[in-house]
Amino acid sequence: MSNYLYILWIPLLPLATFVILGLFGRKYLSGIAGLLGTASLLTSTILSFVVAKQYFFVDGKVNGVFQKIVALKYTWLEFAPNVSIDLGIIVDPISVMMLVVVTSVSLMVHVYSLGYMKGEERFATYYSFLSLFTFSMLGLILSANIFQVYMFWELVGVSSFLLISYYFNKPSAVAASKKAFIVTRFADLGFLIGILILGYYGGTLDIGLLIERFTSVNSTQFLSITSASFLGASMLTWGLTLVFIGGAGKSAMFPLHIWLPDAMEGPTPVSALIHAATMVVAGVYLVARMFPVFSMDETALNIVTYVGAASAVFAAVIACTQTDIKRVLAYSTMSQIGYMMFALGISKNGGESGLGYMASMFHLFTHAFFKSLLFLGAGSVIHMVHSNEMKDMGGLRKLMPVTHIAFLIACLAIAGIPPFAGFFSKEEILTAAFHENKVIYGIALFTAALTSFYMFRLYFNIFWSKEPGLHSNTHNHFDSHDENHIDNSNGEGPWVMKLPLIILAICAVGVGFVPFSQLVTSDGDALETHVDVIFSIAPVVLSILAILLAANFYKNKNNKSDKVANAFGVFYTAAYKKFYVDEVYIFITKKIIFPFIGQPIAWADKNIVDGFMQLLAKTTAKISELIKGLQSGKVQNYAMYFFGGIAVLSILFLYIWK
Amino acid sequence: MNLTLLILLPLITAALILLAKGLQQIRVIGLTGAIAQLGLAGWLLKLFIAERAAGNNATHLFESNQTWFKALNINYHIGIDGISLAMILLTSVIVVAGILVSWSMDKLSKEYFFLLVLLSMGAYGFFISLDLFTLFFFLEVAVIPKFLLIGIWGSGDKTKSAMKLALMLMGGSALVMVGLFGVYYNTHTFDIVQITQQGIPVAIQKFFFPFAFLGFGVFAALFPFHTWVPDGHASAPTAASMFLAGISMKLGGYGCLRIVALMPDAAHTYSWIIITLATIAIIYGAFATMMQTDLKYINAYSSISHCGFVILGIGMMNKTSINGAVIQMVSHGLMTALFFAAIGMIYSRTHTRIVTQLGGLLKAMPFISTVFVIAGLCSLGLPGFSGFVAEMTVFMGSWQNSDGAYRLATILSGASIVVTAVYILRATGRAIMGPISDEHSILTDATWNEKLAAVLLIVGILIIGLAPFLINHLIMPSTDAIMVQMGKVIAVK
Repeated sequence: MSNYLYILWIPLLPLATFVILGLFGRKYLSGIAGLLGTASLLTSTILSFVVAKQYFFVDGKVNGVFQKIVALKYTWLEFAPNVSIDLGIIVDPISVMMLVVVTSVSLMVHVYSLGYMKGEERFATYYSFLSLFTFSMLGLILSANIFQVYMFWELVGVSSFLLISYYFNKPSAVAASKKAFIVTRFADLGFLIGILILGYYGGTLDIGLLIERFTSVNSTQFLSITSASFLGASMLTWGLTLVFIGGAGKSAMFPLHIWLPDAMEGPTPVSALIHAATMVVAGVYLVARMFPVFSMDETALNIVTYVGAASAVFAAVIACTQTDIKRVLAYSTMSQIGYMMFALGISKNGGESGLGYMASMFHLFTHAFFKSLLFLGAGSVIHMVHSNEMKDMGGLRKLMPVTHIAFLIACLAIAGIPPFAGFFSKEEILTAAFHENKVIYGIALFTAALTSFYMFRLYFNIFWSKEPGLHSNTHNHFDSHDENHIDNSNGEGPWVMKLPLIILAICAVGVGFVPFSQLVTSDGDALETHVDVIFSIAPVVLSILAILLAANFYKNKNNKSDKVANAFGVFYTAAYKKFYVDEVYIFITKKIIFPFIGQPIAWADKNIVDGFMQLLAKTTAKISELIKGLQSGKVQNYAMYFFGGIAVLSILFLYIWK
Repeated sequence: MNLTLLILLPLITAALILLAKGLQQIRVIGLTGAIAQLGLAGWLLKLFIAERAAGNNATHLFESNQTWFKALNINYHIGIDGISLAMILLTSVIVVAGILVSWSMDKLSKEYFFLLVLLSMGAYGFFISLDLFTLFFFLEVAVIPKFLLIGIWGSGDKTKSAMKLALMLMGGSALVMVGLFGVYYNTHTFDIVQITQQGIPVAIQKFFFPFAFLGFGVFAALFPFHTWVPDGHASAPTAASMFLAGISMKLGGYGCLRIVALMPDAAHTYSWIIITLATIAIIYGAFATMMQTDLKYINAYSSISHCGFVILGIGMMNKTSINGAVIQMVSHGLMTALFFAAIGMIYSRTHTRIVTQLGGLLKAMPFISTVFVIAGLCSLGLPGFSGFVAEMTVFMGSWQNSDGAYRLATILSGASIVVTAVYILRATGRAIMGPISDEHSILTDATWNEKLAAVLLIVGILIIGLAPFLINHLIMPSTDAIMVQMGKVIAVK
């Protein structure tokens, strides 16, 4: 087994960039901050590919099965003997795959931002935060200890917070960043308790050991966690469900998704990196990381399945109605992550029935490329039009040819049209769903059609709809992006913005041909899959029909879509209002927690608890006021008390006590 | 090393301050003295580690025992273990930072610096005492300066706040005294080591434990005796707030821990009460914080919540949780001092602490705002900062008690991390981010002394946050010793 310790450099380089830019960037390095960040990440990316080559094609396999290798383990914080947070590096198919995804997409975003964020006052800060995020995300995927996952989990959360609130003087950005952090924090509480449960019964926090102990049905740990129960569910179910809640928060699963659309307040390249390709799939990755344990508990897996499927269809419906292009993409992300989740949920561990697991990871992989491409393309559009709203766009295909083609490729990929990347991964998911659960298969098929529809609704609205040139002056009255300094004649922006689009477009076509079933499977053993042409007919035809419908509605300006919207009536309004989930949250926080918990406590503290203390003080003062007359210093009074006392005592002694 | 140096050094500094003339001389002497303390504490750490490495496994190192008052068997018995050393280091860091932020205190500066230094002497004496009477003596030394610091240099309703704080802490002291004297009349000694060896009869423990524990609890802001905290902090000048939260509240936590170790049977019996009060403090403090609008009140109430973790860890009475409690004391001391320093810097420039009157400070004062955000992130338990290490250790420890009610307490306390995020982000979002007003946009950023103070505290937070194994190695043998003691006494019963 060869030495993988050099992987350490992959997260350490962005960390170093973060520290250097964070400390000195503002004053001394603002000119070269972007280049510095990009250069260090380029090195990380190259290293990641070296690791991938070495692991997948040289020495990752022993007897034909990919091994889990712990390349580093350092005890960082010991709680009790054997229970400690270890900082470690795990090398296995999914972590290596994620290394490639995270570094590649991050590199593209770094390059793109050189143009997009040019001229920003806090340019160096932006790159330092970007580096912090990349470091945290890499730390997360390399974690070999579940508490280590939690640590980096929190760190990606805070990087996301810092980047969403990058335009910190914009109240909506600040509000969005707060929402993102608090909602995911709430979910993280579940994760934390889940870790406590699994750690307590497992007697370790090491993921490998946890898996080993909880997957052998005769181990004392497995017996104790399954025999202990609370409210009718075993502690294993509880632990896993709570861990999944953490994952659902980060991955924007229903009903913890409300932060994701708002997070679009951040700069668009950030959305491409964090809120499309990497951080939001952390939840999927977490379930995959713990998958052998999940596979031991039917209930927990069912929860994963149904939450994932519900999120997929729920988000797809909303995406059809939104008009802010980044929000459409945000809901689309949520929907696709739902796909990955239920694919995991219906999977089993190992063998042929582990297809769902492989499909989920495959979809995660392809989705990262085409979704970040969609966001970066949207970024270019926004950069030019200075608006996020569809109505301000249209007819851009001539003005932005590169963006247009790249965006079209990404749309075809997400719609699952062969031979684009999304087709292959979606196909595997649908096959797995077809074999395991027909209801889920139906939902998945319906969602796939919706996906094609809203993606092409987006595409036609941006690039067709109006005649070219109509919009050329529209940007004057929009100020949603005050960061732009590039005049319109520049078109799609400098080459640093076009190059990532081209590279990602090539990926969106090519990555579907990666022989994933040979590389990333639940048990490390290669899986035999084949694309079944007959099976593919239904989803592809559905997709094409949906695209044609979208073309009919939106290719040329007409009011057909409005008519349909009116026909749906209340349902359309509900979808447009995102099914009022935000309102429910606002009601619970603003109308219940604040007035009925927060305020009474603050009031009680002032008036009851402190009031009692004040009362003690006042009573003491009152008593002393009452008895201070006794020490008046007047001798005649003392004499009177003296004789009075004697008189009373005499009476007592003489008559009462005898 | 002679630990008495830790008391003599502040004493000499204080005397020199009284002799000095002019603000410049006074503050230079004060700072020199503070840095000397820090150096001394650092040197002590080095010696301590060297002794341990050399295989000296005695519970207390650098012990020294002199008769103080023979008739009552009172001894000046001093010595330190890892826990006391951690507290000494904390104190010395906060003293330097506190002196630095008071650099331009021109009102009665001689008296101000004198009192600050005197307070630190009380704290050192307290942390090195192995004799209950000496311990109590130094506890009192540390109370009086606080009254004056708030009463003279404070703001707002300072007289009332100073009275409230002094009276409540005195009340706490009285309870402590009853508890300690109760122990004395049954063991005929004040010596902690001796008492631990011979043990205290269970009935006596059960009677006197509540007095001593609650007494120290008042110092540690134990619910419902926490009400001096918000008003006291809000009125105190910046350095006094830092000392108050960073050092004084730790006297309470440290005292509680020693009392639990001294009377483990009673602590066992009452642990459910301790845990209940701690859980209430954590949740209640967090929700109360959420409703505050004054930055100092926000930090004061959040201190109540965070100090609840100290009590929770102690009350859970296992090795991990007690470890966590000690780390939380150090962590909270540094973090809250940093928070108060940042708030002081903001207040001295904007002349307001009300969040709704602030906004966008990041634009005008990036350094101070970054410090504020770092303190906030530490408070909400972000990995990489000390708060995370401390809270997670407490959680892990608490969870080891498999009793359902204890589990519930752990979950409820854990839930506070969400509420903490809410109030920290609310304050940050309002004061640091958002649009800035014109009058605030011309304000200047931190001066060198303020920067130095902040950096010092942040370094402390980062050392614990990034390399928790260091502090763990320091205190773990001592918590082990405490567990052995407690186990032995409980077994004897």
